[in-house]
Amino acid sequence: MTGEARVEDYLALLKPSVMQLVVFTAIVGLVVAPGGINPFIGIIAVLCIAVGAGASGALNMWYDADIDAIMSRTQNRPIPAGRMPKEHALVFGLVLSVFSVALLGLATNWVAAGLLAFTIFFYAVIYTMWLKRSTPQNIVIGGAAGAFPPVVGWAAVTGSVSFDSIVLFLIIFLWTPPHFWALALYKQSDYGAAGVPMMPNVVGEASTKMQIFAYSLMLAASAMLPTFFGFAGWIYTTVAVITGVSFTLLAWRLLRTREDVAMRKAARTLFNYSLSYLFIVFFAFMTDNLLTRFGSFGG
Amino acid sequence: MSAPDEIRSVDIESPEIAAARAKIRRRRSIALGIALALFALTFYTLTIVKMGPALFDRAL
Repeated sequence: MTGEARVEDYLALLKPSVMQLVVFTAIVGLVVAPGGINPFIGIIAVLCIAVGAGASGALNMWYDADIDAIMSRTQNRPIPAGRMPKEHALVFGLVLSVFSVALLGLATNWVAAGLLAFTIFFYAVIYTMWLKRSTPQNIVIGGAAGAFPPVVGWAAVTGSVSFDSIVLFLIIFLWTPPHFWALALYKQSDYGAAGVPMMPNVVGEASTKMQIFAYSLMLAASAMLPTFFGFAGWIYTTVAVITGVSFTLLAWRLLRTREDVAMRKAARTLFNYSLSYLFIVFFAFMTDNLLTRFGSFGG
Repeated sequence: MSAPDEIRSVDIESPEIAAARAKIRRRRSIALGIALALFALTFYTLTIVKMGPALFDRAL
């Protein structure tokens, strides 16, 4: 119904599909961090990180309502579909931002709260308002916003940022460009129509595919860092090798594919695999860490 | 059509649409109420958890 936002529309502003990844990586950061956290406070911390991510999604939909109306993928969002005035999304996003940061600070510590506030600011202002419409490097730099949740989860337990949490940040940071450029390769007409300078529209398909391959190599290498620095065992190492090689092979296949339909299919395959990749790698890291701790308790 | 007629045609809403709007608003109000209640409960529980077992161990 036009002009009358449903509860579901407010939930859609939070970008639940993006939130799944944020929540999962934040939980991994929280679980693998040294030391303990009260389970109730841990749940509150994850909830705050999820709501903070949702708030930045709402602010993104407020600012991007004009281009969301052009792209087929986003046309049915609450604002472009005419179910909600854009100002409602702004207020909703700001209120949730303030409450999530304040509650995280009170429940855990102000380092974690500060990191969450910076993440929201980075996504809403640096990425959405500045980078997204001005440079094809938008998602490379903007990807930092999506890489922060495990660091926030870690900080919620320890009150600090350490090398281990920076490695988790780096894995997501290097995963973001091949993930989004694979999407952009088979949705580039959408981005082109909206005037968003995604890499394929600016430098062409060949260069984008080469960059996807380069980032895939860096991603596979970065996923080995926990092994090299001794904070992951053989379970994680095995999974990181298999998934890293698979990711690189799919990127290589995309690089070698010239024909348009086959190229789009290869890009879609890589995009879908990239979603599973991050879940698998982070799950393996958490499992490995828990088993190591469990083993040490047993010994 | 004169200007006042145009305004009237916009303002008039069928009973079905008015009822659907009212239902949506009611669901929104209930969701907001639940969210606020959960928020208050979270703060209350958090306070108890942060104070820990020494909750009653203080001079009165």
